Amino acid sequence: MKKENVIVAEELTKAFGDFKAVNAISFEVKKGEIFGFLGANGAGKTTAMKMLIGISKPSSGQATVAGFDVYTQTESIKKNIGYMSQKFALYDDLTVKENITFFGGIYGLSRAKIKEKREQLVSELGLENISNKLVGSLPLGWKQKLSFSVSLLHEPKIVFLDEPTGGVDPITRRQFWEMIYKAADQGTTIFVTTHYMDEAEYCDRVSIMVEGKIEALDTPKKLKEQFKVDSMNDVFLKLARNIE
Amino acid sequence: MKRFIGFIKKEFYHIFRDRRSLFILFGMPIAQILLFGFAITNEINNVDIAVLDHSKDATTESIINKISTSKYFTINELIAREADIETAFKKGKIKAVLNFEKDFSRNLIKEQHATIQIITDATDPNTANSITNYINAILQNYQQDKNKGIVVEYQIVPQTRMVYNPELKSVFMFVPGVMTIILMLVSAMMTSISITREKELGTMEILLVSPLKPFQVIIGKVVPYIFLSVINAAVIVLLSIFIFKMPVQGSLFLLGLESVLFIITSLALGILISTISETQQAAMMISLMGLMLPVILLSGFIFPISSMPVPLQIISNIIPAKWFIIIIKGIMLKGVGMAYVWKETLILIGMTIFFIGLSVKKYKIRLE
Repeated sequence: MKKENVIVAEELTKAFGDFKAVNAISFEVKKGEIFGFLGANGAGKTTAMKMLIGISKPSSGQATVAGFDVYTQTESIKKNIGYMSQKFALYDDLTVKENITFFGGIYGLSRAKIKEKREQLVSELGLENISNKLVGSLPLGWKQKLSFSVSLLHEPKIVFLDEPTGGVDPITRRQFWEMIYKAADQGTTIFVTTHYMDEAEYCDRVSIMVEGKIEALDTPKKLKEQFKVDSMNDVFLKLARNIE
Repeated sequence: MKRFIGFIKKEFYHIFRDRRSLFILFGMPIAQILLFGFAITNEINNVDIAVLDHSKDATTESIINKISTSKYFTINELIAREADIETAFKKGKIKAVLNFEKDFSRNLIKEQHATIQIITDATDPNTANSITNYINAILQNYQQDKNKGIVVEYQIVPQTRMVYNPELKSVFMFVPGVMTIILMLVSAMMTSISITREKELGTMEILLVSPLKPFQVIIGKVVPYIFLSVINAAVIVLLSIFIFKMPVQGSLFLLGLESVLFIITSLALGILISTISETQQAAMMISLMGLMLPVILLSGFIFPISSMPVPLQIISNIIPAKWFIIIIKGIMLKGVGMAYVWKETLILIGMTIFFIGLSVKKYKIRLE
């Protein structure tokens, strides 16, 4: 059975003046897939992602996200996606519960639904004792797990994660990836940018961006065979050297 | 709508959990109005003066008496020699010296003419001026009493009447200005800071990715401040009525409406500032330098616009606070209605629309 495509990009381009931050990238992401979006800093990952989540208009090319067009149907896209940015982005001066309630609210969940989700989430993350504490007082790892859960509150079809594990210890990163797997098992598509190459191994498929272009796109296994190396790290280095 | 209420609730959590912003919101208005009301004043009250009396006769004595019994002056020192005048000033306490010439009474009767020298400390020119005027007034008054019944052939007697603030209380002048500053500060600075804070924290991005439309985000951020600013305006008006006995001659309702209009103008400015600044610090600096200084210097709050050089008079027209001060002075002190302030009101509405339009344009450019 062939799975449907939830993200399709064709020749998607974003230019700032003469500089093409994203240069005609094309790819598809299938439903329930964990799609790794790799690249060095400044390769254009974040810019590409911003076009897909509807907060930046492409200069040219086509793309659909969850079946909606990125030029004309950004409102529908926003209802169907979750987003977690590289900066931790819950409110520090609100409690765990208040944050959940607030973000549930802006996605238009009913009061009963929010309550149900809130209790489920608090018990899943083991936050019962601190659910009335200000988020600012939690350790970064917990914040990030909470932030991920909040981005899933409205049961989006696709979750975009922009370097979600930056600055987190290895154990928490591991736990974080378990959460990602669980969400993917339940049918949520995961679109994740990272520059930790070990994390790239966890993805179903990865694309590697260099200077605005996608230079490689396949499963980690096939990429390693193609470049005749043992790790994704070496794939990445080889690619970067070839370009230079 | 439900989303919206949730948003506003969250905004209030931010405000009430941040002591610093709570202080700016509620502590400052009260502190400022009390400061301007009590401490900063242009009035002359109990000014210390010294007297150098070379004749020591009945006339000089009764003049000195008249001056010292007025509530404006206190005779602090009696000086014996010309040389001591300088020393008296240098001590810093006295602000003026009255120097009566020798044989004052005799000269007055024989030559119809006697001289008093008024020497004032002009390190503070305004006060020096006022002191001279007050002493002159007392002397004239004395003279008129003396000349009662004597027919003078030609005499012009000016009858002055100070209207709208007959007691010349400076607090009447300050209240409209302070109210303007506070509304501007709370509305423009606090909103621009709270919007840039979301940008800094990265939560703005999350909000923009959510189904909330950008204008909903902005309105959600602004509504709590409208509410708080209205409370502030009310507190200021109540303080000025009950503590400073300032009358509100015109309609309180119109005063309220105009205040809401000015609050919205300031909020629009705050939004504009937030679109051009990336950090909270920048937003604060722009608000302070770009709004506070012009409001204090060019709005006619302290320095009369009519006595400024022409270029500054022209610049003062683009300052929203100038128009609002004209409006509230009119309503509070003169009791005028809409028929008199419609022009200023229209200018404020026009400015508000301009600021909002400009912010929308800036905002769109950012999203492209």
